[in-house]
Amino acid sequence: MLIKGGHVIDPAAQIDALMDVLLRDGLVAEIALPNKIRGGADEKFDARGLIVAPGFIDLHVHMREPGQSYKETIATGTAAAAVGGFTSVCTMPNTTPVVDSAELVAWLRHPERGAVVNVFPIAAATLNSRGAVLTDFGALHRAGAVAVTDDGKPILEDEIMRAALRLGAQLNLPVVQHAEDTRLTENASMNEGPTSFRLGLRGMSTAAEANIVDRDVTLAQQIRESRLHVAHLSTSDALKAVRRGKRAKARVTCEVTPHHFTLLDEDVGEYNTNFKMNPPLRSATDREAILVALADGTVDAIATDHAPHATHEKEVEFERAAFGITGLETALALAITKLHREHKIPLTRIVELFSAGPARVFDLRGRGSLARGSVADVTVFDPKKKWTFEASKSRSLSHNTPFDGWQFTGKVVATIVGGKTVYRAE
Amino acid sequence: MNKPARGSLLSIEHLEEKEILGLLRLARRMNPLKARPLLRNKRIALLFYEASTRTRSSFEVAAKSMGAITVLVLSSGSSIEKGESLLDTGYTLRAVGADAIVIRHPSAGAPLMMAQHLDIPVINAGDGMHEHPSQALLDAFTILKHKKSFKGLQVAIIGDIYHSRVARSACHLLSKVGVKVSLCGPPELVPEFATTLAPGLRITRHIEEALRGADVIMLLRVQQERLAGKKIHLQDYMARYQMTMARLKLAKRDAIVMHPGPIIRGLELTSEVVDGPQSVIVDEVRNGVPTRMAILARALGKAS
Repeated sequence: MLIKGGHVIDPAAQIDALMDVLLRDGLVAEIALPNKIRGGADEKFDARGLIVAPGFIDLHVHMREPGQSYKETIATGTAAAAVGGFTSVCTMPNTTPVVDSAELVAWLRHPERGAVVNVFPIAAATLNSRGAVLTDFGALHRAGAVAVTDDGKPILEDEIMRAALRLGAQLNLPVVQHAEDTRLTENASMNEGPTSFRLGLRGMSTAAEANIVDRDVTLAQQIRESRLHVAHLSTSDALKAVRRGKRAKARVTCEVTPHHFTLLDEDVGEYNTNFKMNPPLRSATDREAILVALADGTVDAIATDHAPHATHEKEVEFERAAFGITGLETALALAITKLHREHKIPLTRIVELFSAGPARVFDLRGRGSLARGSVADVTVFDPKKKWTFEASKSRSLSHNTPFDGWQFTGKVVATIVGGKTVYRAE
Repeated sequence: MNKPARGSLLSIEHLEEKEILGLLRLARRMNPLKARPLLRNKRIALLFYEASTRTRSSFEVAAKSMGAITVLVLSSGSSIEKGESLLDTGYTLRAVGADAIVIRHPSAGAPLMMAQHLDIPVINAGDGMHEHPSQALLDAFTILKHKKSFKGLQVAIIGDIYHSRVARSACHLLSKVGVKVSLCGPPELVPEFATTLAPGLRITRHIEEALRGADVIMLLRVQQERLAGKKIHLQDYMARYQMTMARLKLAKRDAIVMHPGPIIRGLELTSEVVDGPQSVIVDEVRNGVPTRMAILARALGKAS
């Protein structure tokens, strides 16, 4: 396939210009100035007026298989990913059962799952994510796991976290932490502050996140070659700890979700459960700090934390409602609408946060760039296209989104995985 | 989802001052012993997911004295025990023919959710730590009985404000009618952001400061069952915040002492204060009936 006349943004290769891209045999065969590529292509893609970017990578999704296929399946979840421009998704292991064995990692990657984009499993860090006994990182890694985490059940014990980082260091495997001191957040359902007080809801303090990030960064600094990735970072204080680690040259990375750079805790309004997620929406101060960190390079990736839930799990009392929202189909639109147009973050930086950044975090070789020889994963989008998101038309099995009916600027036009078009906007 | 039906009472926060004053005027005209049958043939479901003595009995007496049929549904001994959802319980009560639902629930926002899915008035009889609007109204009724007007009043609310739906509703109501309110207690029970709840609130950590010049003193129980991780040393708490006869002297000479109950004698206040001449604690309970009559009459559209 020849993608002609598009504006290529490839931060890893420092390209930000009109270029043609030739895809052949699942790889980028050639990338050159317009009309310089000789030889035929079976298929031509007219990308005039569009941005051509390395395929987007989402470091944090919940595809709910095995065991919770009423919320989402790998087939439906990856279809939603394709609509959102993601060519690769990294799946969280908190399924039923927990993905803590090589067999389950292989099962997730099996063609029978019907994935339309690349699936990179993240495996559990401890058996059944109980926080007691480490899983066999080596076997999981060989089976295709790109990182380990206990996600929603953060590793609180210092000794276990230290052991996980040590073992990860030996295998060059990142340990992902959902940073939450769950001892401080019992029965809490949103950010602690004026809104939680007004609604009579128990609040999660920012310290419950920042304390764990602070501890983890300290451990990462102490353990040579260890790799720590902070999932869905949401607080100003946690960013301070990440900056400290990065300054000290520790291998510390972090991701931020679109909802945390877009919404505030007060948007919960009158107990709207589509605004309930963990970490919770935070204060304006925290959001401001996140926006600065997205712009200045502290944040490595935008990740959605796509967390589908069935209606009956959301249409209940706020305190009983499941945490999490869907996010795959709105991520780029939010980034362009909020980060680029409102906060003037350049498109090159946004593309980096969706491609080169996440590829580096989990060492996804051959991805995150359109340099010759890279995997032919490409995302083509129109940064000026105005559209309205309708949750009812989502490809996800679940529709728990706070963005239903939102008007956006910026839309995915095509998603190409391994040289094959898996999504094309009408 | 729909807008709550007219006549619903879900919070004080979203009531206007004139609606509050209207309800208080209506309550003054209500006499439980010589009530007009305003609710004849009306069916009111009392849906209680939490224990209650005062609120439940006074709603029931209020409803029956105006001729309504009441049905009491408790979470134990009903399908709720079998896992029925809140909304399905609401649909069931509606199908049985309820004209209004009075609900107490441990989760904040539960009455609102029910109201957004039903076409009949829903009355919040206390939801988690959120609001307890009928209590705030009966307290306002009590204050007016003893103080004639809200004008220029100073109110001290002392104790466990964090866990208290009574305090949240009271703050909204008093703020709307222009009363100055001092919130008093340790940071664990009175967080700094409590003042953002409504205009005219301030915080003091010293009970003496809260009491000076106060016309009304509202005491709250330390809700030990809800503390969940917050550590309160009760001996310290009593030393700093217990209402005693000696401390009561700091307030205005005609100050009244209120408490929504249940009271724990010897903890947030001494027996002498409970039984003393300035205590209106029993009067509050009594005033619950005409206040709730007014709320139900308004709910079912016979508030003429």
